[in-house]
Amino acid sequence: MENYSSLERDVRDMRAYFGTGKTKEATWRESQLKALRKFLLENEDHIFKALNNDLGKHQVEAFRDEVGTLVKTLNLAIKSLKQWMAGKEAKLPRIALLSSAEIVPEPLGLVLIFSSWNFPFGLSLEPLIGAVAAGNSVVLKPSEMSPACSSLLTSVLPSYLDSNAIMIIQGGPSLGELLLKQTWDKIFFTGSARVGKIVMSAAAENLTPVSLELGGKCPALLDSLTSSWDREVLLLKVAVKRILVAKYGACAGQACIAIDYVLVENSFISTLLPLLKVWIKKMFGENPKGSNSIARIVNKQHFLRLKSLINDDPKVKESVVIGGSFDEDNLFIEPTILVDPPLDSAIMTEEIFGPLLPIITVEKIEDSVGFIKSRPKPLAIYAFTKNKSLQKRMLDETSSGSLVFNDAILQYVADTLPFGGVGESGFGKYHGKFSFDTFSHHKAVARRSYYTDFWFRFPPWTLNKLQLLEVAYNLDYIGMLLVILGLKGSKRRLINQDEKLHDKQF
Amino acid sequence: MESSQKKMAVFDGEAASMLVKELRGSFGSGKTRSYEWRVSQVKALLKMVTDNEKQIIDALLSDLAKPPLETVVYEIGMFKNSCEVILKELKQWMKPEKVKSSLSTFPSSAEIVPEPLGVVLVISAWNYPILLSLDPVVGAIAAGNAVVLKPSEIAPASSSLLAKLLQEYMDNSCVRVVEGAVDETTALLDQKWDKIFYTGNGRVGRIIMTAAAKHLTPVVLELGGKCPAVVDSDVNLQVAARRLISGKWGLNNGQACVSPDYVITTKDFAPKLVDTLKTELENFFGKNPLESKDISRIVSHNHFTRLAKLLDDEKVSGKIVHGGEKDESKLRIAPTLLLDVPHDSLIMSEEIFGPLLPIITVNKLEESFDFINSRTKPLAAYIFTNNKKLKEHFVMNVSAGGMLINDIALHLVVPSLPFGGVGDSGTGSYHGRFSFEAFTHKKAVLSRGFGGDASLRYPPYTDTKLRVMKALIGGSILNIIRALLGMSS
Repeated sequence: MENYSSLERDVRDMRAYFGTGKTKEATWRESQLKALRKFLLENEDHIFKALNNDLGKHQVEAFRDEVGTLVKTLNLAIKSLKQWMAGKEAKLPRIALLSSAEIVPEPLGLVLIFSSWNFPFGLSLEPLIGAVAAGNSVVLKPSEMSPACSSLLTSVLPSYLDSNAIMIIQGGPSLGELLLKQTWDKIFFTGSARVGKIVMSAAAENLTPVSLELGGKCPALLDSLTSSWDREVLLLKVAVKRILVAKYGACAGQACIAIDYVLVENSFISTLLPLLKVWIKKMFGENPKGSNSIARIVNKQHFLRLKSLINDDPKVKESVVIGGSFDEDNLFIEPTILVDPPLDSAIMTEEIFGPLLPIITVEKIEDSVGFIKSRPKPLAIYAFTKNKSLQKRMLDETSSGSLVFNDAILQYVADTLPFGGVGESGFGKYHGKFSFDTFSHHKAVARRSYYTDFWFRFPPWTLNKLQLLEVAYNLDYIGMLLVILGLKGSKRRLINQDEKLHDKQF
Repeated sequence: MESSQKKMAVFDGEAASMLVKELRGSFGSGKTRSYEWRVSQVKALLKMVTDNEKQIIDALLSDLAKPPLETVVYEIGMFKNSCEVILKELKQWMKPEKVKSSLSTFPSSAEIVPEPLGVVLVISAWNYPILLSLDPVVGAIAAGNAVVLKPSEIAPASSSLLAKLLQEYMDNSCVRVVEGAVDETTALLDQKWDKIFYTGNGRVGRIIMTAAAKHLTPVVLELGGKCPAVVDSDVNLQVAARRLISGKWGLNNGQACVSPDYVITTKDFAPKLVDTLKTELENFFGKNPLESKDISRIVSHNHFTRLAKLLDDEKVSGKIVHGGEKDESKLRIAPTLLLDVPHDSLIMSEEIFGPLLPIITVNKLEESFDFINSRTKPLAAYIFTNNKKLKEHFVMNVSAGGMLINDIALHLVVPSLPFGGVGDSGTGSYHGRFSFEAFTHKKAVLSRGFGGDASLRYPPYTDTKLRVMKALIGGSILNIIRALLGMSS
């Protein structure tokens, strides 16, 4: 049982440290980013081991999805930091009321990051990188459901970083509650919608802005990929591989952007199923449990949840066509595929977050659009199709955090694309510069000189001043000149006023 | 008559739910997404305020005794400007933004596509009841949303004018007004919106965000705060005083979220500043400011009582150096200057939002920054100085929604600057392009081909794949080739 008695004091100290301005310095930020990179490179083996312990993740999957992406992000942040920190000039209207205008990014202050268990390094450190690059002090709480990874983060990472400004703290829901009672300048949360609501409600008490990276049922649609070339089979093979790796190869489907279910035309099922079977074997081997080509389920609670998705409903159980075996001792579920489980079953209404893949058949592939539209907005939609008009319909008629054509999950590594949800899948975005921006306040700064002033700004009000102000605010320079020269009349009458035109010249 | 009967019916949860359902249907039909629809609605709003200028002026006279010039320039003028900016730039804003795709996703093309959020709620304020209603609404429309506006009941003439005009001029299937107070607002807040845009105070802001949390609805909160104005002794005092006055009493008699709430200056300079302010106040508003038609009145008895209470404290009332006269029957309080009230007095802890201007003195002007930073972050912060170093120090070390050097409030007129708060002064921003973005979801769209499929992504996982991946992350072509040839360590 952790002792959090000093938490309030620690948070206060961190706020005081932020107040000294240290974390705003470019050199400080750069040093912390470089230290994070050093941590990853020097502890790679420990990281792989921890991921294997918590999730049975294969080293290559761990590199591809966590270590590799983090190093990429750090390289970008270190390279771009100065550019991100620089103010941006804002275009001024022609009428030179102001001499300059710019948008200056500044840190928000002391921020709180809640991470998740499925990509425990990625989801902890990607936001941390953004927060630090933006010059904030940070408290990071990794998930207690990935204890080996959290321990590594709590015990080893701090020795690389400035612990006055960055604190990493382990614990469960009670720690989470305690943290939410403190005052923060921003809260960044990755996790479920249920807890997201709790976080946002707590944040509302202090008007703390939040980013919520939630989940949802990310659908994929697979078109029959007809083309005039003879490459149809080849294209299908690539699509199948990409779909399979985006399910079973992404932490065994326990990823917010994993493919949740697939939509195909019912005439296509007979072609598709054998291909799926073949490629599951080819990619994950005869013994995926032993080879670690597929990760484990994180804990018994989730294992039983997934088991009940299939076993609790006989109609769902009989729709299983591939896989379906559950090894409780090893928390391992083999790649499982279902065809047309009932649409109102739990497996089709809740986010699956596991290696169970429902395939839903539709009459025509275009029906997928309506199917997806009628459901809550997901974090990602994946459309495997070369049909340009279907692509356009997906783009125009569906809404999601991201939309990917002919691949899946890859949007996670694209730093130039904002990563985040919409509607039930959350709000706020990060990755690349978006991470920096999400932890910044973009302050509008404008300057004036004393040399130009418009005497007609000030009361007492007269008809003449009204005319002038009107043209000035309409940014109509020429109009203004004409009024001053008495060449532009006005249909106006000044209401409720005597028309004493006592224009004082200031 | 049916319309007045409708008005009589209570707007309760069921009515709110039906309203949202109807608007969702309209939004779902796709009509709000077309450029033509959006432009037609923006043009309708423009025509609406132009054709009804007199009614708008009259409504503001009724609600606030607002000088017609203030109405024409701020409520109407600034809003027309917003519309013009939208009409000029909307096509550009609606275009997808192509972005670079990286080596790790090669070959691919990537773009960011703006799309409307859906059905949004705008809750407005009473001090600029027309501007603060229509400016967010036009942003929501420009972004392709359906929108419900709830104007403030504390400015009733403006509220009913908005209800009447919007119904007359706008596409009612997508743009609606709900009038009312706490009950109606609560009924609206119980519904699920795709965004809520609120202008007002922090207390209600918390209620709004808590309600929004139940549906995971993102919010923009345009709140207030105590906007400080720091005045250095090296300035052209007359010009500075005039700008301060027009930014305080010339903006709805200090009832504006960006009015300077209090002034900080040095002990030495304070007497000069006070004298100049006194002189210019008389130039602006005459010897009997309580009678001046060039200044708004206090909006309501509640606010009048609130402001009177701020002066009640004898430690405060003793510090009045100018003004202090009140006329409750006319809801008027004269422009009032106070010198060195206690820092812990009520007038220095709450947002004043009225015609009282405390002047706090310090020994050295640099001390003012700490003073400001020890309080909650304001919506705007101002400094009057010619000292370049002081300006830069101010910009770098004081946090506020926005800042303006050597003037008041003008930064709001620049459409390329975001207008919004930070910390207690709010979250999110708008104006110009930022209005469009406030009501937009920027969807990431990645397109891949089927060629160039790198097997190294897929299991079975091998050491070679790991090596190549590492090299790819490093981004160097040479390393990639080396890895592929099995040459890296």
